[in-house]
Amino acid sequence: MSDITELLPCPAPVQLLAADGTAVDPGEQALARGYAMPVPEDLLAVWRGMVVGRRFDAQATALTKQGRLAVYPSSRGQDACQVAPVLALAEQDWLFPTYRDSMALVTHGIDPVEVLTLLRGDWHCGYDPRATRTAPQCTPLATQAVHAAGAAHGLTRRGSDGLALCLIGDGATSEGDFHEGLNFAAVFEAPAVFLVQNNKYAISVPLAKQTKAPALAYKGVGYGVRSEQVDGNDPAAMLAVMRQAYAHARSGHGPVLVEAHTYRMEAHTNADDATRYRTADEVDEWTGQDPIVRLQAYLVQEGHLDDARIQEVRDEADALAADLRTRMNAEPTVEPLELFDHVYARPTPQLLEQREMVRSELDSHVTQQEMESAR
Amino acid sequence: MSPTTYAKALNTALRDALTEDPDVLVLGEDVGALGGVFRITDGLTRDFGEDRCVDTPLAEAGIAGFAVGLAMQGFRPVVEMQFDAFGYPAFEQVVSHIAKMRNRTRGALPMPITIRIPYAGGIGGVEHHCDSSEGYYVHTPGLHVVTPATPADAYSLLREAIASDDPVVFMEPKSQYYAKAELELPTRTEPIGQAVVRREGTDVTLVTYGPQVAAALKAAEVAAAEEDWDVEVVDLRSLVPFDDATVEASVRRTGRAVVLAEAQGFAGMGAEIAARVQERCFHSLAAPVLRVTGLDIPYPPPKLEHTHLPGIDRILDTIARLQWDDEPDLTHAPQEVSA
Repeated sequence: MSDITELLPCPAPVQLLAADGTAVDPGEQALARGYAMPVPEDLLAVWRGMVVGRRFDAQATALTKQGRLAVYPSSRGQDACQVAPVLALAEQDWLFPTYRDSMALVTHGIDPVEVLTLLRGDWHCGYDPRATRTAPQCTPLATQAVHAAGAAHGLTRRGSDGLALCLIGDGATSEGDFHEGLNFAAVFEAPAVFLVQNNKYAISVPLAKQTKAPALAYKGVGYGVRSEQVDGNDPAAMLAVMRQAYAHARSGHGPVLVEAHTYRMEAHTNADDATRYRTADEVDEWTGQDPIVRLQAYLVQEGHLDDARIQEVRDEADALAADLRTRMNAEPTVEPLELFDHVYARPTPQLLEQREMVRSELDSHVTQQEMESAR
Repeated sequence: MSPTTYAKALNTALRDALTEDPDVLVLGEDVGALGGVFRITDGLTRDFGEDRCVDTPLAEAGIAGFAVGLAMQGFRPVVEMQFDAFGYPAFEQVVSHIAKMRNRTRGALPMPITIRIPYAGGIGGVEHHCDSSEGYYVHTPGLHVVTPATPADAYSLLREAIASDDPVVFMEPKSQYYAKAELELPTRTEPIGQAVVRREGTDVTLVTYGPQVAAALKAAEVAAAEEDWDVEVVDLRSLVPFDDATVEASVRRTGRAVVLAEAQGFAGMGAEIAARVQERCFHSLAAPVLRVTGLDIPYPPPKLEHTHLPGIDRILDTIARLQWDDEPDLTHAPQEVSA
């Protein structure tokens, strides 16, 4: 049994940068845990990732309004949570994202069109999960927590020092699988890191109706899981805290739970109306906490970033958005027979019969069209 | 040859799979030192280490989801749900992930997971220990569902299930755990997906599976001795994939079919079988396809389970309704209203 003080999160969310971009003293306990200000090169990488990521997110939202995506859950405002943890991963690590983590996947180097394949309304996840070491974006809430625990344990069994990063939302911490994931990871001492992006709402239900816990980070302690809470709109703190979490997990000390306090600036999805459950004042207040503004102010103040570089990265982001627009505007080809290809490794005779039925329907449809055009 | 129980056949199959493939792992509640509540994993932890036969926390969704993560890393987990009804907490993991992961990753993440479920009744179990839960799994695309009825099939199909790249729900009729057969292990019967004619007959086909195969064979003997009906018994062995060919061929020969399933009848596996038979064999049938099933009630307590289980009398009564005298079966005819 670990010493409980080792498991408990800092009493307040760890912060290295204030909202105006000035460096702040994170406090004795945070310093003792090694949460030091990252070096400028690393912060610049996070800043760049956020600028590009937010542009991607805005483009995806626009494409949804144009009918190119079936639905898009934006992560604008959570940019620091999306970018810093992913950039800190090592080559051998696995990522377990949800539907709100498209920005994280783009940051992870996955082709944006592949990332949006599922939300575009296709039947598969778009990318190759084995090549990218990234599980499909998970829609059923919290179920990926146990997958991450199992995969992390599997990595250790294979002799790898890889870990599994599980992204999860505040609402999902009420699901049983979240608890089973933490517990399994703890019992098997699996190198899994669970990052709760507490964006304050589960669709419309506020955190106060979700839990009576003093903070979601405290949910780890009961399972013997080292836990931490961090200002999720502080990119420097996000990077510092996640790195320590990874170091802990990677060195065989078992899982870590990190709660990032952040805010979902957009509605749940394009299909949601957030004005029904939250005020404009509240949203405005969080606008002042913007993670990109915060880090950019710090980097400019410290002389690590100038207007030329800012423009360069904006151009890079615009180019990514333009490319995404072009490729998403091309009508995707659909192949009905593909629906049968991967249901089984060894398809049942009954499924093959249905495939044959659809094939002949398609053939006769094609023949009909040919006859009509010949007329 | 020596007498081998169904339970021993399963234990040997797990042993042989663990020996042959280092990626095979056994996971579940009490599967370690205890050897499982039915002793199916007896001695595996002792002989292969607690790293290969692993006691997990008591959480079925966790067990199933953990297996998903392990399968992503190339392992072949064999998970045990302690009892049929205790498998329900894992339902979301089974239906939404184990069954669909291959499809939504276009084959990149196959789920070679075997989910062993001791199921059905006839053992005097208390509530939540005797459910026939196969209907939930057969209705889920992406899963194979098998249910061996004999020790030889228990060994062979478990080996096939573990070696399969598809997830297999492996349903073990508890009432058959101590059934014995003269058998030398290892043995192989047929691959997953093939039914077998357990008893040849000329008058009627009794299509059944799992816990009711033994009852069907007994009923067939009584029918031959007392009623002069020569009953053919088909043991499906695999519910998904379904062996239409063997069932069809048998019904065409006999011209009559009764479907026997222990599960509650409404909208169940029995209904699927009956529908398939009449779709394929309508012109060969001398009578409608009838079903003998469990009642549509929660599984009853031990003193009343004989009321629920199909049983030989109910099977024979149903066979008797197959219009032998070319007279219509009036069981479901509207009641005449007297003027």
